Amino acid sequence: MKKFTFEEKIDTRSGFGVGLVEAGRLNSNVVGLCADLIGSLKMGDFIKEFPDRFFQVGIAEANMIGLAAGLTIGGKIPYTGTFANFSTGRVFDQIRQSVSYSEKNVKICASHAGLTLGEDGATHQILEDIGMMKMLPHMVVINPCDFNQTKAATIAIANHFGPVYLRFGRPAVPNFTPKDQKFEIGKALLLNEGADVSIFATGHMVWEAIKAGEILEQKGIDAEIINIHTIKPLDTAAILKSVQKTKCAVSAEEHQISGGLGESIAQVLARNYPLPLEIVAVNDTFGESGTPDQLMEKYGLTANDIVKAAMKVVERKAAMKTLSV
Amino acid sequence: MLIENVEKTTTVEELKKIASQVRRDIVRMVHCCSSGHPGGSLGCADYLVALYFREMKHNTQFNMDGISEDLFFLSNGHISPLWYSVLSRAGYFPASELGTFRKLNSRLQGHPATEEHLPGIRIASGSLGQGLSVAVGAAQAKKLNKDNRLVYVLMGDGEQQEGQVWEALMYAAHHKVDNIIAAVDYNGQQIDGPCDKVMSLGNLKAKYESFGWRVLECAEGNKMEVVTETIQKAKSLTGQGQPIAILLKTEMGYGVDYMMGSHKWHGAAPNDEQLAKALAQLEETLGDY
Repeated sequence: MKKFTFEEKIDTRSGFGVGLVEAGRLNSNVVGLCADLIGSLKMGDFIKEFPDRFFQVGIAEANMIGLAAGLTIGGKIPYTGTFANFSTGRVFDQIRQSVSYSEKNVKICASHAGLTLGEDGATHQILEDIGMMKMLPHMVVINPCDFNQTKAATIAIANHFGPVYLRFGRPAVPNFTPKDQKFEIGKALLLNEGADVSIFATGHMVWEAIKAGEILEQKGIDAEIINIHTIKPLDTAAILKSVQKTKCAVSAEEHQISGGLGESIAQVLARNYPLPLEIVAVNDTFGESGTPDQLMEKYGLTANDIVKAAMKVVERKAAMKTLSV
Repeated sequence: MLIENVEKTTTVEELKKIASQVRRDIVRMVHCCSSGHPGGSLGCADYLVALYFREMKHNTQFNMDGISEDLFFLSNGHISPLWYSVLSRAGYFPASELGTFRKLNSRLQGHPATEEHLPGIRIASGSLGQGLSVAVGAAQAKKLNKDNRLVYVLMGDGEQQEGQVWEALMYAAHHKVDNIIAAVDYNGQQIDGPCDKVMSLGNLKAKYESFGWRVLECAEGNKMEVVTETIQKAKSLTGQGQPIAILLKTEMGYGVDYMMGSHKWHGAAPNDEQLAKALAQLEETLGDY
């Protein structure tokens, strides 16, 4: 197992804040909108540098999505900022009609996604956002894993014409990917080559997958770990290439079991190369108040949960071999 | 193809003739596909004809960004037959295409859409309450681009029941979006009946004004002289730090006697006999498609 290290723990939303300033410098058409959450979204530096290219919308997310769609008419590249819950569920119809169906160049940037929002509880911990966004035609769905990758993704999406959902989080997490990486939408990243099981992880769960890989190594299981930062379009080729070698897979995400990365991978496998798959995700339930670590443990989203899923899927693979013999 | 900038000095008499043809197009379109929304389409015909054939500067060689052009957004997308007829008669696409309205593989979707790339349409609409936000965003893009042309948007009065409209009203006044003219088709009708019975709008003028808008009332939204005067007045009030609204009093179904004064023709198409009766009341001025 390859060694992964990090210098600091830092939140992915800060990667968005830094990336937005950089995107603004690179392209004068980049504009920002926020629904009364400038501090939470780390948009302050962008506003300081580009005050005329920022629009405070107040607590009115539906209007924010419509404004953003309108701003694209005239060539602007709007980045909207609010919590993931208010970026998706609250405004699904506005996104569907004014952004996705209308193929508008809007970047919906969503912080505080998933359980790791923590103490605010289930009203704010959206676990359905990936599902809602990936169902929309034309929509690109990105869920980067750390600060550096979120920054790179934030810069990269300005160069992709069309609607994008960029999902990131609140807690400080290991910042382990390369500093000035180039972000390629739709390109899965092979983090560790392995022969026994493919682990496909997204967002905060990528680091958990790395920790799981280390534990599995001690148990004699050689895990291949792949960072799926783009859930749509999904890197089907990378997924199939990996499972053709390992013959079984685990997916890991901070999202409902329905509608997320695991479901997308299940579709790829079922249609191309049916194999045992275990999905590490929240099992059709809402979250609750607690610290991020407590919640990730209670709802089964830790390295240990990935390890258990990997061992189970390796057993299933063995059982299938026996059957076929 | 020649690029033509349309900002014509069409006379009121000419505008009336165009509106008559547009009304013929509307009833023929909805009759042809046995569906669609003739009532509001007929009611707003004079306003849209005035905009597209006289008051707006626009380019029939369609460009999505519409730089240096006035833009129009239709928020109450169900009156698409009107918009399609006006766009085609203005030269955006051949009038012959109007016959494909609401049919499979057509660019003329039941509600306006961009996926089929119909020239003149900049955003999908139909799910109500969204158009004002979009128009305000487009108006702000114009300001960023130092483009001094205007943005027009038309909404329904029943549509005012959508909360997003009020979010956008509040925003436009706060941010001094003064390059927008938002009209409300104030015909007093919606699907389930008169607005006053379904969900009263109260004093809409006072509500808009209290949100910081400058409001013009157009008592005769089906009288071309009055409509053009109102639009010109509205234009003269732009650029003064306040968004402009027009409460456009129209008659649903205007121009076809049996469709007027009722919500019954909001979303119903005439049969063969009713079509003949309607066409007998509307002069063919530009040639039927």
